[in-house]
Amino acid sequence: MGKTLFDKIWDAHVVSPVPGGMEVLYIDRHFIHEVTSPQAFDGLAERGLPVFRPGQTVATADHNVPTRDQHLPIREELSRFQVEKLTENCRKFGLELYGLGHPYQGIVHVIGPELGVTQPGMTIVCGDSHTSTHGAFGCIAFGIGTSQVEQVFATQCLLQSRPKRMRITVDGQLRPGVLSKDIILYIISRLTAGGGTGYFVEYAGSAIRSLSMEARMTICNMSIEMGARGGLIAPDQVTFDYLKGRKFSPQGADFDAATARWKTLFSDEDAVFDKEYNFDAADIEPMVTFGTNPGMGIKVTQSVPGAKPGENPATFGKALEYMGFESGESISGKKIQHVFIGSCTNSRIEDLRVVARFLKGKRKADHVTAMIVPGSQQVAAQAKEEGLAEIFQEAGFDFREPGCSACLGMNEDKIPQGEYCVSTSNRNFEGRQGPGARTILASPLTAAAAAVAGQVTDVRELMIA
Amino acid sequence: MEKFKAIKSSAVPLPAEDVDTDQIIPARFLKATTREGFGDNLFRDWRYNSDGTPKKDFILNNPVYAGDILVAGKNFGCGSSREHAAWALYDFGFRVVVSSFFADIFKGNALNNGLLPITVSPEILDEIFLAIESNPGAEFSVDLENQTLELPVSGKKVSFDIDPYKKTCLLNGYDDLDYLLSLKDKIEQFERERGVVI
Ligand code: SF4
Repeated sequence: MGKTLFDKIWDAHVVSPVPGGMEVLYIDRHFIHEVTSPQAFDGLAERGLPVFRPGQTVATADHNVPTRDQHLPIREELSRFQVEKLTENCRKFGLELYGLGHPYQGIVHVIGPELGVTQPGMTIVCGDSHTSTHGAFGCIAFGIGTSQVEQVFATQCLLQSRPKRMRITVDGQLRPGVLSKDIILYIISRLTAGGGTGYFVEYAGSAIRSLSMEARMTICNMSIEMGARGGLIAPDQVTFDYLKGRKFSPQGADFDAATARWKTLFSDEDAVFDKEYNFDAADIEPMVTFGTNPGMGIKVTQSVPGAKPGENPATFGKALEYMGFESGESISGKKIQHVFIGSCTNSRIEDLRVVARFLKGKRKADHVTAMIVPGSQQVAAQAKEEGLAEIFQEAGFDFREPGCSACLGMNEDKIPQGEYCVSTSNRNFEGRQGPGARTILASPLTAAAAAVAGQVTDVRELMIA
Repeated sequence: MEKFKAIKSSAVPLPAEDVDTDQIIPARFLKATTREGFGDNLFRDWRYNSDGTPKKDFILNNPVYAGDILVAGKNFGCGSSREHAAWALYDFGFRVVVSSFFADIFKGNALNNGLLPITVSPEILDEIFLAIESNPGAEFSVDLENQTLELPVSGKKVSFDIDPYKKTCLLNGYDDLDYLLSLKDKIEQFERERGVVI
C-alpha cells in the first residue's frame, strides 16, 4: 500500500517509538517568539541545560511589538519586558534573533518562509498554533505548548502521537473575486471548528495547485481553525521557484539536489486517508463570518443562519448576541467601523498587491478606520518599493510597521468594545481583537471592499463598477 | 509536575461548546514571564465586567458550584496553543476537565501540566450535566490508576482512555523532558544517520 505525504515525512523523523504508542519525533526547525518562550528558557536555566541545537532555532519579536515608531523603546511596560527578555535569552543561549529593528523581523510565520528557513520535507514547530502555515511547503508543521518548546530546546525532539490523515480536494477553477482565504473559510464552514480535530490535513486538487505559495500559506495557516493539527500541500514547481535564491535556501548545486529530493514528496496514488472531502471551486464565493468561531462562516450573499441540527442552540445564540446579529438578517449591508488587513494569514506581499490593485483610485468611507499591517520588514520594504504604500495612503488607509497587531491586540492596536472590524486575520473569537470587539473574518479583497463601502459588501459589485 | 492523586470532588458545569483558549485566558494576560498567577484571570472576560466587578451569572461566581473538576461542552480548548490556558485552570484549582472532545494542543498541554482531560461520550456528558444540575454538591470520583470516572447518585463507573505513557507520567509526576533527555544517545545517532547538519 502506498504512503501519504504526511507519513513519508513523519516516518523519516521517528527517532524511536515509545511503549504505548507515542513516538519520539525529530524536529528540523524551531521558531520562537516572545510570548510562549520565557518560561521554557527559565526551565532550561533551572535544569542547567543549554539549547541542544541552537542553529536550528530562529527567533523573532512579533506579538507584542507596536506598529508605530518601532525605533523607539516600547512604551507598554509588560510588552517591553517580554521583548527584552527574549533578547536576553537569545543572547544567553546563543540563538539567532530577528528582533525589532532587524531587517528580517516580522510575524514568525511570515519570515520563516520568506527567508527560506522553511523547506519541503521538514518537521517544524513553534509555540504558536498557526505554525500550520509552513505546511504549504510540504512539511509537517504544528503548534506546541511552552513545555514542548523547552523539550525542543533541550533535545530537538518531541513526544507525539501520530494523528489520523485527512485529504481535502478542491478541484475546478476559482471565480473572479474569490481568494484562497475564501477557500479555507468555506472549508471550515463546512467541516466546523472541531471537524478536523485529531487529523493532519493534506490539501489537494487542481484549485489548490493553481495557487501561489502565499495563497497556499493562507490555507494551511487556518487548518488549526477546524481543529486539525496541521495542514500540508505537496511541493511542486511553484514551491521550488519560490524557494530559489532565498537567504537560507540551498544554493547552486545543493538546490538542484534538494529539488530532486523534494520531488519525491507526494502522496502515493494508492495511499489511503482516514477521511476525504471533495469540493468544487465553482461553489466558492467571497466568504465572511457572522459568529465567534471561524466555522461560523457564510457566503457574503447569504443571510445570517439559525442554529443547525447538532449545534448547541445556547452557544449559537450567545455568539449571535455577542456579534449583534439576528438570524435571517442579510450580512451584506452591515455597517462597520474598522478594517484590519494583516496577520500571518494575509499580510504577505501578494495580499498587499491584491489590495492595492483594488484600492487604486478608490477611498475608504469616512467613518471607517482602516489599517494595513505588513507581515515583515521585507514585505514592508517591498510594498514601499512597488509604490503600494502610496496607494494605501491615498485610499485613506494607515500603513503600519510589521507585527501581529490587531490580530490579537496584545499591543495598542485594539478594536473598541461593540464595534465591528472586518479582518483578514484567522480568529473571530470573543474579545480576540480587544474586549468586546466584534470580528468579521474575510479575504483581503472583501476587507478592502468593506472599507470603501463602509459596510460588509460583495467585493464583486465594486470590481465591476 | 506534581503527582496526580485520586480525586473525590463536586464539579463545575460549563456547557458552552467550542470554548477557545482566548476565553480561558485572554491574550492581554499573556505578558507574564513566569507560570504562576494565571488563575486570577481564568475566563477573565466571562467572569468580570470591564470595571472589575464579578459577573453574577457566570458559573465560577456562583458559590453553589465549586470543586476540582470542570465539565465543559465539546471542543474545549480550541484555538491558540497557549499553555497558559492549562496553567490558568490548574492555578485556579482544577485538576480534571471533562468534555466530549478536546482540541489536540490543549489536551497535550493539560497532560504536560498535571491536569487530566477526560473524554466521555456526548450521552455521558449530558448525564453528568444533569447530575450536577440536580445536586450541585454531589461528588464525582476520578481514579486514574483504573481509568474510571464515577458518577454521583447512580454510582455509574465510566471508563476513559489515556495513553499508557502519559498515565505513568501523571501518576508519578514525570514530564516528557526527563524521558527525552534519557534518549540523548539515540537522538545523536539519528542525527548522524540522517546527516543532519548541526
Ligand atoms: S498574526 Fe495573529 S495568528 Fe498569526 S502569529 Fe500573530 S497573533 Fe498569532
